[in-house]
Amino acid sequence: MLQALANGLMLGGLYACIAVGFSLVWGVLNIINMMHGSLIIFAGYVTYFIWYGTKLSPIVLLLPVIIALFIFGYLLQYLVINRVVKRPVLTTLTLTFGLDMILYNFMNSFFEATPRRISLNWGSFTIADIVLPIDRLVAMALAFILTFVLYLLLRTSKVGRAIVAVRMDRDAASLMGIQIPQIYAITFGLGAAMAGACGVLFAVAFPVTTNISGLLLGKAFVICVIGGLGSVPGALIGGLALGLIESFGSHWFGPQNAITIGFILMLILLMVRPTGLLGVKGYE
Amino acid sequence: MLEVRNLTKNFGGIAAVNNVSFSIGAEGNKGEIVGLIGPNGAGKTTLINVITGVHPASSGNIFFEGRDITTQKPWQCARSGLARTFQIVQPFPAMTVLENVTAGALFSGGAVNKLDAERIALGHLEFVGLAHEAQRLASTLTLPSRKKLELAKSLAMNPRVLMLDEVNAGLNTGEIDKALELMNSIAASGVTILIVEHLMKVVFSLCHKVLVLHHGELIAEGVPREVAKDAKVVEAYLGHKFASKLQKMDAGASSNV
Amino acid sequence: MNKSITAFLLVFITLAAMPFIADNYFVKLATFIAMYSALALSWNFIGGFTGYPSFATAAFIGLGSYAGAILQNAGINLVTAWVFASIITIIFAAFLGFAILRVKGHYFAVGSIAVVEVLRLITSSWSSFTGGGDGLNVKIMEGGPDFAGRVFLYAMLCVMLLAFLTTLWVDRSKFGFGLKAIKQNEDAADMVGINVTIYKIAAFSLSAVFCGTTGAIYASWIGYIAPVDAFSILTTLKVPVMVLLGGEGTVFGPVLGALVFVILEESVWAHFLEANQAILGLIIVFLIFFLPGGILKIDYRKLLAKIRGVKGA
Repeated sequence: MLQALANGLMLGGLYACIAVGFSLVWGVLNIINMMHGSLIIFAGYVTYFIWYGTKLSPIVLLLPVIIALFIFGYLLQYLVINRVVKRPVLTTLTLTFGLDMILYNFMNSFFEATPRRISLNWGSFTIADIVLPIDRLVAMALAFILTFVLYLLLRTSKVGRAIVAVRMDRDAASLMGIQIPQIYAITFGLGAAMAGACGVLFAVAFPVTTNISGLLLGKAFVICVIGGLGSVPGALIGGLALGLIESFGSHWFGPQNAITIGFILMLILLMVRPTGLLGVKGYE
Repeated sequence: MLEVRNLTKNFGGIAAVNNVSFSIGAEGNKGEIVGLIGPNGAGKTTLINVITGVHPASSGNIFFEGRDITTQKPWQCARSGLARTFQIVQPFPAMTVLENVTAGALFSGGAVNKLDAERIALGHLEFVGLAHEAQRLASTLTLPSRKKLELAKSLAMNPRVLMLDEVNAGLNTGEIDKALELMNSIAASGVTILIVEHLMKVVFSLCHKVLVLHHGELIAEGVPREVAKDAKVVEAYLGHKFASKLQKMDAGASSNV
Repeated sequence: MNKSITAFLLVFITLAAMPFIADNYFVKLATFIAMYSALALSWNFIGGFTGYPSFATAAFIGLGSYAGAILQNAGINLVTAWVFASIITIIFAAFLGFAILRVKGHYFAVGSIAVVEVLRLITSSWSSFTGGGDGLNVKIMEGGPDFAGRVFLYAMLCVMLLAFLTTLWVDRSKFGFGLKAIKQNEDAADMVGINVTIYKIAAFSLSAVFCGTTGAIYASWIGYIAPVDAFSILTTLKVPVMVLLGGEGTVFGPVLGALVFVILEESVWAHFLEANQAILGLIIVFLIFFLPGGILKIDYRKLLAKIRGVKGA
């Protein structure tokens, strides 16, 4: 029982990291980025192969991967997605879906779908019958730290505050002189960067394979609905909530049903309180 | 015809409409034109939204032709004979002018089929003076034409009470005069009108009765001339400081006589 | 309007004539085209006419597949099973619609995808009833592949025809007019006297019924269904793309889109097996940028200007 709690919390940190980039892009740009899951896997694969080849610790690789994916995201948004950013959700979703198909295919051909995991063999320590694998603990801690850093960035830096302003009211922000296309690009870049960070951490704790990119995207959806859009605290709460739900759900109903429960919860929330538990209203 | 009793609407902790009661278009007063005025933020549009079911009332009742319609949705109010226009006009942008008005006739105006509805729609378009634009897309119209379209659409719904929300905003003097003529004709045909207005000229020349809303409360009700002199109304519009200055000026003037 | 009917008849007759003019490969292709046409026309009711981007298509297909398969395995005759599967699907859609049509845009889209996933997961778990992840076998039709091929081709063509006739009716009716009003301005539609909730649920249910039928026919045709194929996220995303390709909200657009997409997919798949997903992705990206309204709504002058603009950039 307590093990389930611990597992849930560890998962939760990671899940929050999965969702926060996705939630930011959705909340600010009004775009559902279907590539998000694949970006996580992509980062995971890249980190794995670099680690495998050079034995560099994934912790070290964290920063370069984040930067690389930020640049990728920024360019993608600026050059491609910005042109359709004002179109209805069906159009933007379909576009990111198409882009995702390209990325997915590329990964499958280049990396192949075999699951890869960065096995650090750091062992685990046990407190009162609860097993806490150190690699997962570290992943969770880093996930929390990075999420917190993002939160600080949004709250205190000039760029961060501009992003929040755009999320609240795009037209008003534009009237204040904020360059919307640039903010969009930065936000998308941040979303990709967080996905990248998540990928690195994920690869340490779990096997990475293209087969789960859709699943990760699905979890990001659920977390956004639970926690609300475009807010870091929301993604955190949503992530923890989902982590705990899956952990306990797995404990009581079996692991294969745990995911179903998450989705059903999301559906119920959509019907009852679509703005999420924190009530941060997304766009319609 | 339309009676509102102790109507209240709360948003969060604020009462946007606070215990409002009035009645318009009662027997013998069909074709009454009633003005609804008040400073910005007084709750005029919210009141209309609650009456037509866009927002559910927090408490109180709404009666239309004797029936309790408090919990009715907008489409039910529309079909009952209660129509309204929007302050920011709400056309169907990708439809033609004719199609827009046809929608009104078809879904609440009692037309038996689309063809019948189109015939009725054309009639209303002629009445407002938009018949020549019948095939234009609604999104390409100028603002005055959009307002006329909105009016025609609501007339096509065959309403017995029509609520107009700042239908003259953005129009120039000539257009406003034409609009006033239209409204008088509509009232003459037996439709009771509730008109939200900021322009005093319109209120004075058009309205038989005026309701004044301030911070969600009904602070005055009566003939325009009387309401204009009501101290509470003056204070609501000019603010306490100015209103008392005015009072002192008035008192000083009368004491000099 | 008459152009749409003529175009449709052309496609329909060509497909129907396939067994007499070409071999089994083309008959199978024609069957797929008919199936996707029916699916695209269905989606058009809720996505095209009403403007609610539904990704629940696979949920209805899967439900129909399993309902049809289970009924058939229980001994019920083929066509009856298909009819019952359709009825079950439409009832499900009505309830689902009542629940999720209250939210608009993004949340509706996400909710509809979630339904597909939930149904897939439930089907996978409920092995005693559905065969679980291993899937379900359905009795193969007797009479040999040629005969079976024709039966299923004409079955799918029937559904396609029904879907098209329904589309024609909706397009001209008061109901369709109301849907279009809802799409353009839901609040104004409410205000004008349209019972928006009922209309949306009706459109959503309509969008489900033929999906259920095609799902059931598909199960009988292939003889085997599994959760991952029956409730395929890929399918549920492809169908709206087909409608977007052809022209959403039009009468013939969905059929055209399905036709072009299936042919494209077949050609790409046949030649570029490794990269076929990437190429489809590229096609989708191209579609979004250069054909925003679909093939039927191409503004040729604007398109040329855009291409010139891209070249000059």
